[in-house]
Parts: sequence; C-alpha cells; structure tokens
Amino acid sequence: MWDYVKLIVLAAVAVLAAIAASHARDIAYLVHMMIFMGAAVIAFLWQIRHMEEAVHNQNEYMDGVVRYGVIATAFWGVVGFLVGVVIAFQLAFPDLNFAALQGYGNFGRLRPLHTSAVIFAFGGNALIATAFYVVQRTTAARLFGGGLAWFVFWGYQIFILMAATGYVLGSTQGQEYAEPEWLTDLWLTVVWVAFLLVYLGTLIKRREPHIYVANWFYLSFIVTIAMLHLVNNLQIPVSLFGSDSVPVWSGVQSAMVQWWYGHNAVGFFLTAGFLGMMYYFIPKQAERPVYSYKLSIIHFWALIFLYIWAGPHHLHYTALPDWAQTLGMTFSIMLWMPSWGGMINGLMTLSGAWDKLRTDPVIRMMVVAVGFYGMATFEGPMMSIRAVNSLSHYTDWTIGHVHSGALGWNGMITFGALYYLVPKLWKRERLYSLSLVSWHFWLATIGIVLYAASMWVTGIMEGLMWRQVDAQGFLVNSFADTVGAKFPMYVVRGLGGTMFLVGALIMCYNLWMTVRKVGEAKPAATAAVAAE
Amino acid sequence: METYTLLRSFADSWYLLFMTAFFVGIIAWAWRPGSRKVQDEVANSIFRNDDRPAGDGAQAPSNGLSQGAR
Repeated sequence: MWDYVKLIVLAAVAVLAAIAASHARDIAYLVHMMIFMGAAVIAFLWQIRHMEEAVHNQNEYMDGVVRYGVIATAFWGVVGFLVGVVIAFQLAFPDLNFAALQGYGNFGRLRPLHTSAVIFAFGGNALIATAFYVVQRTTAARLFGGGLAWFVFWGYQIFILMAATGYVLGSTQGQEYAEPEWLTDLWLTVVWVAFLLVYLGTLIKRREPHIYVANWFYLSFIVTIAMLHLVNNLQIPVSLFGSDSVPVWSGVQSAMVQWWYGHNAVGFFLTAGFLGMMYYFIPKQAERPVYSYKLSIIHFWALIFLYIWAGPHHLHYTALPDWAQTLGMTFSIMLWMPSWGGMINGLMTLSGAWDKLRTDPVIRMMVVAVGFYGMATFEGPMMSIRAVNSLSHYTDWTIGHVHSGALGWNGMITFGALYYLVPKLWKRERLYSLSLVSWHFWLATIGIVLYAASMWVTGIMEGLMWRQVDAQGFLVNSFADTVGAKFPMYVVRGLGGTMFLVGALIMCYNLWMTVRKVGEAKPAATAAVAAE
Repeated sequence: METYTLLRSFADSWYLLFMTAFFVGIIAWAWRPGSRKVQDEVANSIFRNDDRPAGDGAQAPSNGLSQGAR
C-alpha cells in the first residue's frame, strides 16, 4: 500500500519537474529540474521492481546505508581534495584558469565547489554515515523509519549534485558556505528533517537505558544546523521557475546573520558532529572507555552554550556595533576552555594504552586529529582577539587556520573512522595493509604541515605588507606586490594539498582491497549476511 | 526602538540569570553523588551490541528506559 503511494508521489515529482524544466528561466534551474526528474524516474523504476519487498528486521542493524555512506565519503573526499589542489595551483599559476572553459573552470566558480565538496559532501556524508552507525550501536536498536534513512542518503547526494552544478553554472547567493540558492536550500531542508526524524526516532526506541554522549553531539549538530540553515536562507524567490532570490536580511543584519551561520556551521557541523565521532571511534579503537564521562558532559554543554555567540569575531572593524564585536571576541576566547577540555578527554582516553600509538596507525591518525583540534581551537580564539585580527583578517592566515582544522581535525578523524568502519561493515577480519595506512598518515600529516606553515608565512607577510607605511605615511606596497611575494608559498601550499590528496587515494585503494581481498571475520558472525 | 530595549533588558537580566543557573546546574548534576556508577556504565555501553540490536525477539518493548540491555 505504502509502496503505491511512493510510486504516485515519484511519478508526480517527475512530471512536475519536467514541466518546471520547460519553464526554466535560467540554466541552473533547468539542470536542477532535470536532476529532480532523473532522480524521480530512477527511484520510480527501482520501486516498481521492488514492490512490497522491504523487510526491516528489527534484530539486525541497518548497515547498507552506512556502507553507501562510507563509499560516498571516500568518493566526495577525493573529488573535494582534487578541486582544492586545482584551485591552489590556479592561485599560483593564473594560466590554469583556462580560457577555453569560457569561465566555467575559473577559480571563482571552483572555489565554492571545493569548499562545499569537502565540508558538505565529504564531511556531511561522513557525519550522516557515522551518525547512523553510532546511533544504532549505542542505542542497540535498528534505525527508525524503515527506508527513510535511504531517502536521507540519496536526498543528500541530490543536494550535493544541485549545489555543485549550481556553482559551476553561476547560481549562487554569494554567502560563504551558504552559496546554494533557494531551491537547493528547500530540498536540503526536506532531507534534513528526514535525517532528524530517523535520528530522534532511533533514540526514542533505544534499548539502552542511557543516551551515550556521542549522540548528544550528533543531535546538537542536526538540530543546530537546521536552525542556522533556515534563518540564514530566509529569502524570497524572484520566480518559481528561476533560481534567483532576494534575501530578507539586509545591511549589517545580513552580515551578522551570515557569520552567525558561518561560525556555527564550523561550531556544530565541523566541531560538534565530528566530536560525536571522536567520542565513539577513539574509545572503540583504543578499546578503552572515554577518559572522563563527567568531562564529556561538561564539554558538551559548555560548547553548546558558548559557540553560538562567537560569530561576530568575523566582523571586527566593520559596521557591526562595538559591543557585538567584543561579545563575539569574549565568547571565542572562553571557547578555548571546553575545546581543550574535549581535546584532553580524547587524548587521555589512551592513558594506559599509549603503546597502541606505536603499533596501530589508525589510532595514530585519530590522535593526530585530536591534536589538530586542539591546535586549531587555540589558534581560532587567538585570531578572534581584535588586535590580532587586525593583522590576520583578509589574509591567508585565515585560510591556513581553516585548513589545519579541516584537514587535520575533520579529515584525519574521518579517515580514522573509515579505517575502523570498513572492516566492521564488510565483515572483514582486518585492514588490507597497515603500512599503507602509515603511508597515508605521513603523507597527510606532512601535507597539512606544509599547507599550514606556508599559509602562516604568507598570511603574516601580506598582513604586514598591507599596513607598512613610509616616513610620509604613504602605503609602501600595492596589492599586486603582495600577490607577487606570495608565489613561493602558494606553490608549497599546492604541494601540501597534493600530498594530502595522494594520501586519500592510497586510503581508497586500501579500503577497496580490504573489501575485495581480506577474508571474512570469523567469530561472532552468527548468520551474518549483509542486512540488505 | 521599543522592542529592542525590551528584549535587550530581558536578555541582560533574567535570561542571563537563567542560562547561568542552567549551566551551573548541569555541572552540579554531573558531579551529583552516585553519578560515577551510572557514568561508568554509560561509558562502557559502547562495548556491547556491536553486531546486532539488543533484545530477545521481534518487537521487544521499544521503551528501553527501565530495561538495561545485555
């Protein structure tokens, strides 16, 4: 019965999308409607061949969707890193903005493609996949909502496709990390509500008396991102058949809402969600419970209470009122405490098992991730101090800071989680090669160090060059002087990124061979056939 | 602007007090007597149910609040 409703809805979506596509006012909207139509048709055909088949055995975990999530994470990771390497070299060698591509391959279009691919496609898929894995294991219950988790997975991939095609085709509302236009925003809202339903439903039907702390972090990530997304994307479409829209916010309010969104996207997407990963995968890999459960409770609530106020530090020396700037700065500095509390909690989980650092490159990866978390959360509050910000703002130092967080913390903890998950999900007894994990570890770590170090040098250099005045009070350097001076550092940055990308490719090979070549895990696998 | 003044004074007084009290309350709650046993139990809960959901049969009581699972 329910399957017939699905068929009708899918058919209606396909027809409506086709009609909308024929009325499209711009190419991005046309492509987005074609994506909707294609997805609806594929889903319709799949559904009609699998009528009344869905069985949801409550005594098995729903791991199929997590396996797809792991694959998507690795795939989008490589895509995102690759685009990052391309745009890094475009900055060093402007000729790489090929004229033959008619502007479609220019830095300006590829840059949001890179940021969204790594944050939302790589990071987002990692978060959704691990959230589904962790919530099932810690509640001892199958995912709630039958096939809804599959809708979340595929819906999110459609969101990624829409965002990516939109950027290249020039459909953007120009807000950093919130570039997609209203249609894509609406679709993400639908997917996100489904995500929240699956997650909350699983928590409600849990078979464990308590909710493990990782779930608190994941839940705060889901809820807060929903709130941020809705408020920052309040906009009125110009036409139902075009991708342009007019924002509701204007002036300094618009700037404040954008950076309230932007900083909390860092705080709740890239921090809280990934802390959920840390609190599950590090204890599991170390085979020891978290160092202090009390500290994890304090960590959670302090992070939630403080992060939401830190956004104004992106708007120092702007039209934003001084008191708001000071507020943002103060809360950013206070954030140092919970961040380092959490870092200590993650690191000390290894106390008594430090020898594992020598023998297990996966745990080494996770520990370095937590180390970078500590570094980035020290650097961030420091940069939010107004005096420091007057030097660092608008320079490459900011880019370096973001990448030591994103590559070091988010990237490494995700790699660690993937190395943990693949043998578990495909029921393999071990990884294909630990020495390849070591290769990945060192390539990635040295790559990050090259990246961050070159950006510190070039950022501080250009900050100092911009403010340099001669005896008469005239500025000494033109902007082009700083661009010329940055060239060697830009090349080093590109090399660091290349090393990080090569490391990720090695990981993909290693995980692929783990699934293909390593024997099945023997014990504890009673009638353990894949769930789907 | 009247709404602004109203909200601002509320934010500076009662709501600030509420949030501070809530936060202090959480710390007190985390350190309440007897919490260690519960917290140790929760911290170790990730080491069970790795391969399949808990519970005996098809539709076990879905409300796990009172029923420890092992």
